[in-house]
Amino acid sequence: MIRMRITRREPLPKWARVVIPIAAIVTTLILSAIPILLAGGHLWKSYYYLFYGALGTRFNLLETFVKASPLLLTGLAVAFAFRAKFWNIGAEGQLLAGALAATVLGVSLGGIPGFLVLPVIIIGGFLAGGIWAAIPAILKTKLKVDDVVSTLLLNYVMIHIMGALLFGPLQQPGSSWPRSSAIIEAAQYPILLTRSRFHLGILIALLAVLVIWFINKRTVFGYRAKAVGVNIRAAHFGGINTTAVILWTAMVSGGLAGLAGVGELCALQYRLIMDISPGYGYSGIVIAMLGNLHPVGVLFSALFFSVIIVGAHTMSRMTGVPTYIAEVIQGMALMIMLIFLLFTEYRIKVVRK
Amino acid sequence: MATSQKPIASMSSITKRFLDVTANNDIDFNLYPGEICALLGENGAGKTTLMNILFGYYACDEGEIFIKGEKAELSAPRDAISRGVGMVRQHFALVPSQTVLENIIIGTDYGKGLFLDLKSARTKLLRLQKKFGLQVDPDARVWTLSVGEQQKVEILKALYRDVDILIMDEPTAVLAPAETVELFNTLKSMVKEGRSVVFISHKLNEVMEIADRVVVLRGGRVVAGRKTSETNIKELANLMVGRDLLERLEKKKVRPGKPVLEIENLRALNDKKLLALKGLNLVVRKNEILGMAGISGNGQRELSEALFGTRDPIGGTIKINGEAPRLGSPVSFIRLKMGRIPEDRIETGLMMDLSVEENLILENHATPEFQRFGMMNFKKIHQFSEDLIGAYSIMTAGRDAVTSSLSGGNLQKVMLARELAGRPAVVVASQPTRGLDVGAMEYIHQRILQEKERGAGVLLISEDLDEIFALSDRITVLYEGVIMGDVPVAEASREQIGLWMSGVTK
Repeated sequence: MIRMRITRREPLPKWARVVIPIAAIVTTLILSAIPILLAGGHLWKSYYYLFYGALGTRFNLLETFVKASPLLLTGLAVAFAFRAKFWNIGAEGQLLAGALAATVLGVSLGGIPGFLVLPVIIIGGFLAGGIWAAIPAILKTKLKVDDVVSTLLLNYVMIHIMGALLFGPLQQPGSSWPRSSAIIEAAQYPILLTRSRFHLGILIALLAVLVIWFINKRTVFGYRAKAVGVNIRAAHFGGINTTAVILWTAMVSGGLAGLAGVGELCALQYRLIMDISPGYGYSGIVIAMLGNLHPVGVLFSALFFSVIIVGAHTMSRMTGVPTYIAEVIQGMALMIMLIFLLFTEYRIKVVRK
Repeated sequence: MATSQKPIASMSSITKRFLDVTANNDIDFNLYPGEICALLGENGAGKTTLMNILFGYYACDEGEIFIKGEKAELSAPRDAISRGVGMVRQHFALVPSQTVLENIIIGTDYGKGLFLDLKSARTKLLRLQKKFGLQVDPDARVWTLSVGEQQKVEILKALYRDVDILIMDEPTAVLAPAETVELFNTLKSMVKEGRSVVFISHKLNEVMEIADRVVVLRGGRVVAGRKTSETNIKELANLMVGRDLLERLEKKKVRPGKPVLEIENLRALNDKKLLALKGLNLVVRKNEILGMAGISGNGQRELSEALFGTRDPIGGTIKINGEAPRLGSPVSFIRLKMGRIPEDRIETGLMMDLSVEENLILENHATPEFQRFGMMNFKKIHQFSEDLIGAYSIMTAGRDAVTSSLSGGNLQKVMLARELAGRPAVVVASQPTRGLDVGAMEYIHQRILQEKERGAGVLLISEDLDEIFALSDRITVLYEGVIMGDVPVAEASREQIGLWMSGVTK
């Protein structure tokens, strides 16, 4: 009889951390052939249109960046929190908090000078997301409430707050739909490249990658967050204020997710609707894991995800394979990455009896 | 245990490599029925690795294992257990919230259909307890037990699975002297009925006392095998270390100065919210080592944690150089120049998944020297950590090496380097050499003496009386949360200290 056994293995060298995500993506793309064929698609044509749709033309390429910007911000938000072992599953709610703040400010800031409107909205959206994430951080540090549960459940609280406001004080006068009035023109993100939707938010997201990388790598705060993440007891023993580290980590994490909400509102929708996010906050968790919690890794995994999402539309139009295939591929990418990560710590041995 | 007997377990030409380290190099090892065989060696000699292979926890790269004459392919501990091999590791594998009985039956066939058959399990357990003198309440929850009692549960777990071979990895490291005696009695009664015990240790006295045979490992190789009746401590020490042990420590005469640590009426609760320190008073002076003897569990942990700033006492005062730190705030103690060596360096002292450098800078990473406006100055940090690695001869691949790759002695050197780098006014060292080999122990002892000569006041909390007598200027004993007495080392007798340790004053 042949049996398989899982045993622990020695730590892998550093280059493995780069190779493994790439191998996971390549494997995902190869295995995507199965659902594509099952859906009756022509294999090579489907792959071709998947990539053509995402990267083939100037407009498509820029659209891929448009899609990547919220994914990048929520991915960074989750990665930043996870590094300090603050299990933020609540990027979705924090994104909505950011979008909500941007809406309130965006419809009401007509009275101040135009050049001040966007900075106020960006800061306001960041703070709204940050404060929404600070609630579970305080519950965790003061009352030992499990952060996985509290961050997740606060997503639903925020969805219902948003619903109540969109059916109430924020509802566009005269509308029977749950939607707000449009934000003023000064509150809209400028488009940076002509004949596209390549907007300011993409630049903000790319800047965030640099900032988070810098915080992690170079600053006292980044060092402290890492210390708290690996051994909170030793960090406390060594004089680090672990409560403050967790709180600030949560605020920055929530703030990044809030910025994703600001971007969706001020660059694409211009008014708050219930479907402002198709689950970017949850995708952020997958993207953070696929990117190995490293900001540059998150950048590449967010781009990979948006290639799949954007490309799937073209593929669907040209080959008849449904766009849902994009979600199947995303799910596969996570599963494969987790399996690969498992193999970095364990190995399978075949035993013959 | 005549060697003409057939071995019950036999390992031949075992080689095991971890990345670039060869932990076991072509080792042959035999275990005979009815013997206690000690595996002796310094930390990092490969003792635990070899036994982890016999227990199926690691797979060897080369070599063969025979158990009871049959070739054994062990790919997991359960393969070893099913062949009658049990192991009590240094870190226990118990479920704290479950009872002793529940812990013991986990993973065995204890059921009748869907239901637990606790009754017959209890009968079997009680029989084993009686036979081997392992008294633990079967219904006590494991978290309420002392470390010594938890070890008994681990041994019972193995006996319950009918093992013929029991591996004990440094079992006495966590035990008080009286508990050690009990353990030895248990082991002796086990071998009397034909079972075999492997006793991993680096304590020479114990090995001579308990083992029938000793196998000495050094640098991943077997260097010698001896019957304990045909060897002595001195020979074993030489075999283990590969050089003659240094002479006894040289204590320079320094006159103690003004008090640097003053504790008055200190009262603190333990984790179970019971009073563990009941109004404790003591003074440590500059240029003085105060040795605190006593059996663990008498308030040592609570006292050291109160002095580390990780436990908030409910009453009393602590003064360092005349200044009162904020109680329960580690950073306040660090600022007043308290060097803190915790007994639990892996859980509390060090961040095993970070680099050596990241551990070295933990307490001063935020000082103006190492950061400006929140940005770290890596040039100075690298210089600082490389200096410390050199000054303390820490054996590591470099400052960027992950701390978990270091041996026990080197981990403690990292701990000392970090805590002593700021030239502390007071050093509180709790069990600083527990689990260390002779070479590392000597090094730590010398460092502690140097600190005293430099001008620090040292509070040395230890269960090791030899260590207390060798290093201290004054000896005190902690018993049930109070100080039993205080005597200069020149006037102290072991009898007196022993009486104090058992709560007798006269």
